[in-house]
Amino acid sequence: MAHVISAAETLEETLTQELGFNDHFHEHHHGDKFQSNFLTHYIFSTDHKMIARQFLITGIFWAFIGAAMSIIFRLQLGFPEADLVWLKPLLGKWIQVNAAGIGKLDPEFYYSLVTMHGTILVFFVLTAGLSGTFSNLLIPLQVGARDMASPLLNAFSYWAFFLAGVVMFLSLFLSTGPFSGGWTAYPPLSALPQASEGSGAGMTMWIVSMALFVVSALLGGINYITTVLNLRTKGMNMWRMPLTMWAFFVTAVLGVLSFPVLFSGLLLLMFDRGLGTSFYLSEIVVGGQVLDRIGGSPILYQHLFWFLGHPEVYIIILPAMGIVSEVMSVHARKPIFGYRAMVFSILAIGFLSFIVWAHHMFMSGVNPFISNFFVIFTLIIAVPSAVKVFNWITTIYGSNFRFNSASLFSIGFVSMFISGGLTGIFLGNSAIDIQLHDTYFIVAHFHIVMGIAAFFGMFAGIYHWFPKMFGRFMNETLGKVHFWGTLIGAYAIFWPMHYTGMAGVPRRYYDAGASFDAFRHFTDLNKFITVAAIVVFFLQVLFIINFFYSIFSGRKMTSKNPWGANTLEWTTPIETGHGNWPGNIPTVQRWAYDYGKDGKEFIPQYVPLGENEHDHGNH
Amino acid sequence: MAAITPQYSRSNINSQKFALWVAIAAMIMMFGSLTSAYVVRRAAGNWFEFKLPDLFFINTVVILLSSVTIQLSYRAFKQGKEQQYKGLLIATFVLGMAFVIMQYMGWEALNAIGATFTINPSSSFIYVISGLHAAHVLGGMLALTVALVHAYYLPFKATIRRQQRFELVVQYWHFVDVLWVYLIFFFTIQS
Repeated sequence: MAHVISAAETLEETLTQELGFNDHFHEHHHGDKFQSNFLTHYIFSTDHKMIARQFLITGIFWAFIGAAMSIIFRLQLGFPEADLVWLKPLLGKWIQVNAAGIGKLDPEFYYSLVTMHGTILVFFVLTAGLSGTFSNLLIPLQVGARDMASPLLNAFSYWAFFLAGVVMFLSLFLSTGPFSGGWTAYPPLSALPQASEGSGAGMTMWIVSMALFVVSALLGGINYITTVLNLRTKGMNMWRMPLTMWAFFVTAVLGVLSFPVLFSGLLLLMFDRGLGTSFYLSEIVVGGQVLDRIGGSPILYQHLFWFLGHPEVYIIILPAMGIVSEVMSVHARKPIFGYRAMVFSILAIGFLSFIVWAHHMFMSGVNPFISNFFVIFTLIIAVPSAVKVFNWITTIYGSNFRFNSASLFSIGFVSMFISGGLTGIFLGNSAIDIQLHDTYFIVAHFHIVMGIAAFFGMFAGIYHWFPKMFGRFMNETLGKVHFWGTLIGAYAIFWPMHYTGMAGVPRRYYDAGASFDAFRHFTDLNKFITVAAIVVFFLQVLFIINFFYSIFSGRKMTSKNPWGANTLEWTTPIETGHGNWPGNIPTVQRWAYDYGKDGKEFIPQYVPLGENEHDHGNH
Repeated sequence: MAAITPQYSRSNINSQKFALWVAIAAMIMMFGSLTSAYVVRRAAGNWFEFKLPDLFFINTVVILLSSVTIQLSYRAFKQGKEQQYKGLLIATFVLGMAFVIMQYMGWEALNAIGATFTINPSSSFIYVISGLHAAHVLGGMLALTVALVHAYYLPFKATIRRQQRFELVVQYWHFVDVLWVYLIFFFTIQS
């Protein structure tokens, strides 16, 4: 398939031929003979674009399961008296039918559902599904590389994630149920197999799955960092990179530095579980029996967990921020406001994320004087975050904004990030945290700021780069229904939770209101939340239908650069082969945000600077 | 794996070598977190004190020696001294093997003085951290095995490509060496 451009037809092709970097691609690479059949093309692929799609579709699979779980436990929370016998075909013995024929959700399984919902959404969907998808898709395309630094390790990264998923999925079918001690897996519930039903085989499989996930995250992260630093095309200096690249790069750095710490924590946990050590256990009584495990400290686990756990929330949100910056600038037809401020705030957030972990532990008995330190750094994160928010707003301000599904989701992201970020300032104060910790207030906070916001960033990315991934567009009408429904629905779910949380309703309880006199007046609010959650769930099903329908029957992409974007991924052919560019790799002459400059709507990165033109990428 | 290796690289650093350094950063974080956990846990009290077995200190000499032999082997490779290169590579492998075996004997010695695996976190930490380190040495010996296969089955030619591959092994080996020196230093000042 020696596809050689014979005549330079467009400006882009002329420039790529004249100025492009010739790495003798075809002399070394006569077609990709390793991608000749279905199995190696779609399954065991080493092409970063295929691996990105594998991450995305696996992520959608897990998102569906995780969301369905939340609907089941929301039914319990909103309608505790309801008859759930109709779920028996799906959940079997986890629906207990009493003498009157009324089916109830098993309380143990309720805890499993909450735990699995958290684990699946945080790690499998918003880490692997978001960063895995878009880092893989965009890093080589936007920096101008043929593929990742090591395509093979990249494929291993996906397959380690896939195996982690298989192990976690199988644990759902254990007779003792999957792990049920919360997604943070605090000991002693996670360290003693006899502590609860889910702490047995369910927890063992949880650890194995998470260990495989760490392997996947590390292999991916090492590749992303190396590719961004070593394989940028000629002219692509760091200050010419689109903000997506900066965001994915810092995300990968955070992952490489924090996931090994989680691994250490889990390693010690494994020894406590299996080999009788007492790293996390001391003087414990289980079921009336005194254990001989002494000398350990459960707080130690919390330190190790949250040293990953806090950077992890930025591993989730930074890619969304990068995607939103890029999508917003393209559709506003304006340069991103304050590019350098955006880069420095990403770096600042990345740095600060490592010195705030104990704000998750204010109430675990850490020294209050040490808490002061963490309060201050936590509140300082508001500064770079606010810089980013103001820059997004000023990017939209006075622009000729194109409202489509992608750009609407990018605006929705900013809305969610502000709402959720403000409650973060409440929670970052250790004094206020005494009242609010472990209530629905914190549930509302993190769902809005890293759940919904990260999802909005992901949706913006999917609608925007769908043509690059599948050569077709997603349906715009369905996309807009999806956006407005989800925006309103998400606020309807999580806004009321702030009130129940401030009143003190604890999270994770099987019965969030009805049986406590103090919380009984929230019964109707809980019903409202559940109904909203069900509506939002079906809107996501609509998105999934739109996604898969559009892969096969969406409107076809007819030009290379449908959005009029400046970045390099839109210079590759519509049917992008392995290696990305059939001939020369385009060289980069300018930064990625020359929109509306010199009377031109947009000036792609491969166009040389004119005379007397200021180079934004050379400070 | 598709053969699309020739890429434009901005920096003069080989990207495989760079990837190794990033991976080493991850390993440093893992061992760093374990040694910090040790410090934090020790500060909380209820901590058994005991003397580290002498074998651990003797072993430090063994692994330092292996770093010297692999460096000399690398130099011989670049200078085209085939016999010296092969011989020193085997010496490195033998020293690595000796290190792992002697670590095992060190654990037995610990066990014999009553500092068993489960008695107190103070001894548990020693087993886990030095065990994890030994696992990384074994990983290095796997890489050494590949280097030995290259040395004995490929015709001796000091090409850039082979030199780079060998360099990866050498750098990783130096890393596990320095890591052990850090760990033994850490254990010594802590106990």
